[in-house]
Amino acid sequence: MVEPVLDIRNLKVDFATRNGVAHVLDDISFTVEPGELLGIVGESGCGKSMTALSILGLIPSPPGKIVGGSINFQGRDLTKLSQAEMRKIRGGDIAMIFQEPMTSLNPVFTCGEQIAEAVRLHQGVSPKAARARAVEMLRAVGIPEPEMRADAYPHQLSGGMRQRVMIAMALSCEPKLLIADEPTTALDVTVQAQIFGLLDDLRRRTGTAIILITHDMGAIAEMADKVAVMYAGRVIERGPADAVLDDPGHPYTRGLLASIPRIDADPDADLPEIPGIVPALTDLGRGCAFEPRCKLAVDRCRLAQPPHFPMSSDHSAACIHLEGRVIPA
Amino acid sequence: MFNRVLRQLLYAAALILAVLVLNFLLIQLAPGDPAQVIAGEMGGANEEVMAAIRQQYGLDKPLLTQLGLYLGRALQGDLGMSYFYNRPVTELILSRLGPTLLLVAAALGFAMIVGTRLGLLAARNPRGLSSAAVTVLALVGYSAPVFWTGLMLVILFAAKIPLFPVAGMIDVVKQGGPLMRALDIAHHLVLPALTLGLVYLAQYSRLTRASMLEVLGADYIRTARAKGVSERRVLNHHAFRNALLPVVTVAGMQFGAIISGAVLVETVFSWPGLGTLAFQSILARDYPTVLGILFFSTLIVIIANLLTDFVSRLLDPRLAGGR
Repeated sequence: MVEPVLDIRNLKVDFATRNGVAHVLDDISFTVEPGELLGIVGESGCGKSMTALSILGLIPSPPGKIVGGSINFQGRDLTKLSQAEMRKIRGGDIAMIFQEPMTSLNPVFTCGEQIAEAVRLHQGVSPKAARARAVEMLRAVGIPEPEMRADAYPHQLSGGMRQRVMIAMALSCEPKLLIADEPTTALDVTVQAQIFGLLDDLRRRTGTAIILITHDMGAIAEMADKVAVMYAGRVIERGPADAVLDDPGHPYTRGLLASIPRIDADPDADLPEIPGIVPALTDLGRGCAFEPRCKLAVDRCRLAQPPHFPMSSDHSAACIHLEGRVIPA
Repeated sequence: MFNRVLRQLLYAAALILAVLVLNFLLIQLAPGDPAQVIAGEMGGANEEVMAAIRQQYGLDKPLLTQLGLYLGRALQGDLGMSYFYNRPVTELILSRLGPTLLLVAAALGFAMIVGTRLGLLAARNPRGLSSAAVTVLALVGYSAPVFWTGLMLVILFAAKIPLFPVAGMIDVVKQGGPLMRALDIAHHLVLPALTLGLVYLAQYSRLTRASMLEVLGADYIRTARAKGVSERRVLNHHAFRNALLPVVTVAGMQFGAIISGAVLVETVFSWPGLGTLAFQSILARDYPTVLGILFFSTLIVIIANLLTDFVSRLLDPRLAGGR
């Protein structure tokens, strides 16, 4: 058994809001092994980005607060580190890329300066060496004429190029873990494929573990080793990507998979959708959060939050209908 | 680049011409007859003397002829003779321009540097005590009239704590080399610059605070934090430069207002600049001098705007244009 890079256990994050305390993350647990790609999927507002920000210690506080659980990274619990210690990890051993390449780079500094800053912060090298490293990284992420592009300002580059710059910046200090929060949402479809290809390629070459937060089930199917499906602040299903995609245990996961438009589908038929919206996190009932939208809901669903039921040795889902299901050997 | 500069210079030239014409016509609408004032200075006159004065100063010619003559001479750098001081207006103004520019630059520099820093301090903790203090200071500074602030400072520093001189620009009694002279001027500059600068300091601190709070919510700030940049560097390096842009723009637009503010401050502190000259010339109906001062103010404002443009381009590469 390989030692996981990241081991999150029972993580709970609360937000104080005007309407009461929102359990933004409730009992999140998952692990990521070296070189592995974990996909986190779910609707907007289900806590995917908040999970990422919690790992980096960047949840806005106040109003946010980690109220329980642990985030173990290379043997250290990140929830217990000081701000100064977290700063050494942020951008160093754990890097993150965001979903808005158009606004995620500072408009008044050149791309090269912004990458070099990360290098200097974590590797303590000379400005010249940092700049050389920046150019090298730009080349590594497939940017043509990297020496010239290093002197370009973000507004002089296209969205896809900017996201490549972000990736170059994130990878410049050879992180053990890269968190990519919907890195392709704002990009053209062809560019999306390039960015995913780039991430996949870098992972294979450098052995960096990746947490990919995405709506794109296609990208999950193609790249992810493991999947965690989130709903209303909880992980409701997790397991190997193949298993989750082929044999989804939770009705919500099945709904997500059914919502993927298929090219061979009847063009006149309506796209399948999951009715209703994600409930407000301040007024979750006692029962399963998905129950109001679930076709399979029965009275028991309203009584208590369902625990995870195993579907195989490493695949489980939080739905009472899985209770008593025989686990294949 | 070259084209843009050329175009801006052409605009500036057209603007200056329009200002000359407008000022000349406007002052004709103002009540008061310069010939009478001049006669009054001479200790009274009869109709013949008045006519002689009118002829001597060209006041008997039709308005448009006067305008044409004025423009023709102005284009050659001759703004006429002062009725009151009996010196060429250009020479008179140039002798007063230095002190005013010094005062305005000192006030603006003080307001810019201290104001933006205070705004930065306030943005660090928007609900904290320092933020509240900056807001109060801004409110007071903004609502207190310049002459009142000036008079209060005079009372404070003339009567209670005689630290700074409250009038003039140099101490006639003091002797010494150029360095002593510069120090003496700087010593005299403190109160007028403080008075003129406080209003703008208040504005810039508020503006910087608001601008910082907006910038701090930007995605690129989150990026900076995510790569491990310290909070101090996030504020001072990543956010501050972006937050400065609106402040520079506003400061440039206010340059004209600062010069008119200087009139009051110079009067209160007997600062020998354009402001005192403007005040005296208006009272004396010294039209050529008033027109000359208006003309020079226009020039200064135009130059200030060109400079603002230049600084904005330095600060924000998106404005620099071109790929």
